[in-house]
Amino acid sequence: MSGARNTQFFDLGTSTLRELNSTLQKEGAEGAWEIHNPAGRHSLAVGLTNPVSVTIDGHAGYYAAGMNQRANVVINGNAGQGVAENMMSGSVHVKGNASSSAGATAHGGLLVIDGDAGARCGISMKGADIIVRGSVGHMSAFMAQSGNLVVCGDAGEALGDSLYETRIFVRGTVKGLGADCEEKDMTPEDLQILTGLLSKGGITDIKADEFRRYGSARKLYHFRVDNASEY
Amino acid sequence: MCGIVGLFIKNPALQPELGRLTSLMLKTMTERGPDSAGFAVYGSPASGQRKMTVRGISADNIGDFESGFLKAAGGSANVAKHQDHVVLTYASDLEPAIRAFVNGFGHGVHFASSGESIELYKGVGLPEEVAARFDLEKMQGTHAIGHTRMATESAVTIAGAHPFSTGPDQCLVHNGSLSNHNTLRRRLVNEGLTFETENDSEVAAGYLSWRLSQGDKLDQALESSLKELDGFYTFVVGTREGFAVLRDPVACKPAVMAETDDYVAFASEYRAFADLPGIENAKVFEPEPQRVYHWEHAA
Repeated sequence: MSGARNTQFFDLGTSTLRELNSTLQKEGAEGAWEIHNPAGRHSLAVGLTNPVSVTIDGHAGYYAAGMNQRANVVINGNAGQGVAENMMSGSVHVKGNASSSAGATAHGGLLVIDGDAGARCGISMKGADIIVRGSVGHMSAFMAQSGNLVVCGDAGEALGDSLYETRIFVRGTVKGLGADCEEKDMTPEDLQILTGLLSKGGITDIKADEFRRYGSARKLYHFRVDNASEY
Repeated sequence: MCGIVGLFIKNPALQPELGRLTSLMLKTMTERGPDSAGFAVYGSPASGQRKMTVRGISADNIGDFESGFLKAAGGSANVAKHQDHVVLTYASDLEPAIRAFVNGFGHGVHFASSGESIELYKGVGLPEEVAARFDLEKMQGTHAIGHTRMATESAVTIAGAHPFSTGPDQCLVHNGSLSNHNTLRRRLVNEGLTFETENDSEVAAGYLSWRLSQGDKLDQALESSLKELDGFYTFVVGTREGFAVLRDPVACKPAVMAETDDYVAFASEYRAFADLPGIENAKVFEPEPQRVYHWEHAA
């Protein structure tokens, strides 16, 4: 807990979820907020556009901190499906595990997951940075378009299936690559980007040169003239 | 969409709380399944005795049913009434005779489950109402499995509500839909199984019962179901000693588990765990796809 002065508290044991979200979404909302008794409720701290700091003290349900813009949200527990989905900017930090579709379609901002993420982590991500200290499930970075996915543990089946231009870094084993995803050489530029990401994610005990780099083979999304007769 | 829950007690001191905790979990899953609910509770078995849960009992048929049962079962038999369900207790060797009596009785009476420890109740209505109707809060036991249903493919009826029990002390709840259930049902009927409904989940339950009757252990039966069942599923399965969880390879149906020294809990959503004792310090995790998780009490 931050314990900072001027922290405002919100108890979901006595107030409603709608009151919480509308308070945080109100124009001019600012400062630090602590949310007690989340009890796994869905849609906690969603649609925030103010630069507030929100700490959710416990486990969160689906879509926690969804559509986040500018706010910094910390979850002291696990998060359900779709944490930080469609995030535009700001940051979301899950101290426990996240369920499936973490950071789905996220355009920007930083998502850090200290534990494992489930299936489809970073599905269709469009520019966010996602850093997972543990492992990710199957079909992670499916159709991912841009941004970076960093996995300090292992990746499940079909990593990066139908990938566009997201950079994927995995430190452990990859159970299988999806269609059009391949291992690439780690360039000096990649190493520099990855070093910056690890530092952004507060990861100091793991070095960038321990990772492998994966990306798109670019055979699937470029039109091939040989296939013209198919259309 | 459906909600499923399961609770397997490790610390016997918590057994008196089984019904109350299961009831809270079911109630929280109302938003995933408000039209009907059901649950199976595994209590302590009495030696040489069997229990059969029967549903569809009413003021019109209870008299004939009870006298017919007592005639078939003789002296030590007992009938415990719970609204439109009754739990029959009788000597183990009378199982075939009692089953034949129940199946032949008609008048809207249906077999629900039988075994040494299982009791199985289901009904139409909000999960909270269904649980209250049968006084789930007061039930005790070693493990329980529950289901809240939002019917999408078939009518809101008791027959379509889960759990399904297709073998002694076995039951299954399912979130998802199977695509090869008709083919599989035909195969299982050829193997001698009978089905009460057209429901896909009952076929999954029947498949597991068939594998268990062929000598598989629960985890082996679930491993083979990964090869034979096509579709979406998260299953929670109960047997007399055990409790198991399986998700299909795509795992698009939600599942979360919590384990402490006192219990193992399963639910579609974490919310259902919020009232469990010691949940703040439980190990909370998402079961991986295609991996069989199972826990068993020493027999």
